[in-house]
Amino acid sequence: MSGTFAPRPGAAPLPAMVRAQAWMEIRLLLRNGEQLLLALVIPLVVLVAGAAGARALDVGGARPIDTVAPGVLALAVMSTSLTSLAIATGFERRYGVLKRLGASPLPRSGLLAAKVCAILLVELLQSAVIVPTGLALGWRPDLSVAAVAGAAGVAAAGTAAFAALGLLIAGTLRAEATLAAANLLFVLFMIGGGVVVPSRFYGDAGALVEWLPSALLGDGMRGALVSGDLPWTAIGVLLAWAAAGTFATMRTFKWE
Amino acid sequence: MRYGEVTALDGLSLDVAQGTITAVLGPNGAGKTTLLETCEGYRTAQDGQVRVLALDPRKQHRLLVPRIGVMLQDGGAWSGVRAEEMLRHIAALHAHPVDAGPLLDRLGLASCGRTPYRRLSGGERQRLGLAMALVGRPDLVFVDEPTAGLDPRARRTTWELLRELREDGVTVVLTTHYMDEAEQLADQIFVIDHGRLVASGPPAELTADGRSLEDVFLDLTAREAGG
Repeated sequence: MSGTFAPRPGAAPLPAMVRAQAWMEIRLLLRNGEQLLLALVIPLVVLVAGAAGARALDVGGARPIDTVAPGVLALAVMSTSLTSLAIATGFERRYGVLKRLGASPLPRSGLLAAKVCAILLVELLQSAVIVPTGLALGWRPDLSVAAVAGAAGVAAAGTAAFAALGLLIAGTLRAEATLAAANLLFVLFMIGGGVVVPSRFYGDAGALVEWLPSALLGDGMRGALVSGDLPWTAIGVLLAWAAAGTFATMRTFKWE
Repeated sequence: MRYGEVTALDGLSLDVAQGTITAVLGPNGAGKTTLLETCEGYRTAQDGQVRVLALDPRKQHRLLVPRIGVMLQDGGAWSGVRAEEMLRHIAALHAHPVDAGPLLDRLGLASCGRTPYRRLSGGERQRLGLAMALVGRPDLVFVDEPTAGLDPRARRTTWELLRELREDGVTVVLTTHYMDEAEQLADQIFVIDHGRLVASGPPAELTADGRSLEDVFLDLTAREAGG
């Protein structure tokens, strides 16, 4: 094999590196049962249980399933961009993967771009499962251009906000603490954060809950898919959450 | 180079010639890994100047990393990733990588190519780490204790590979606790202790008085510790 290692160094083109990294992240996520549970099983259970339970709920004239299904889409976005991302990144730090990649030609911006691509692809996969299930349960969303654009916009802004929060957790805590914190936050947001249940149902606390990223995402998604609104306020505040989270992450993130 | 009150590297000055194998020796905690990690750009030296391939490892990190290969002392792969999958992934980040299949075969890893990283033995992980450092066809490789925990056959295979790298024009900087490894492989040896260079030269020069390299090493580091 003489001559095999004759130096010929160089980085692959950035798009090729990002594509390779994104596919690797997706493959590993789909191979991980716990992550799949978070990404698909929990949102589907909430959708089916919520559709049945919400029949007893007064949702102000709207059909219960029309309120629950957008909330489940918001829950799916949160599970992938917050919990899955935080846990995966926390263990990448623990196992030295980030250190290893730091010595490869893949720049940090490329790694982040790959993670964003992977998150968006998983969210598309989640939507491809949740939307038909919701439709089968009787969901009739507003599918006007404004509604779909509003839902996509609030999902993107929510992804940015929760990803920044997830990386903040993963970059500062130990892997085990990240696992606990990311799961705890997911459960707290799911129960008390206005994701599936609209923030107006939280009584006096609703005035506070509605500014949480979880409620902004959930209420924004419902505003778009129930009423056809473009949820500018929710998108703007979620982007502010994303900016604050990114700033904190950049100051605190430890790569190993 | 300091960690809080502890000085890890102090006034260390060394140059490495292109296309050679350099061994960095030192007791545990001497600063070997800190030295490598400073050259690799993981750590910033508080004082002094570090140039690797004429580049500043921190300020010109993006220019440097495609040109170097790094073998970490431990870890560096996802627990669920398969050995071959991991190597092919690192290869995909380079412009002209070595073919991953023959490299795995060469390092005796062909039979565990589909094994998840968490199920690889310590020696298999070491060899995969070396493969990841080489796959991008770098100008310079840093290998941190490349044969720690390897059986004699795997150790010899690794030595042959490191010699072949030198023949192909690759510069190798390795750390090791095995004196015979340094003596067999290295063109030049640096002995460091308490972060300072205490001896350097070709193995034949360091052992010119007839003592073994191990005796020389023990004498140098004991005297340094005592003084």
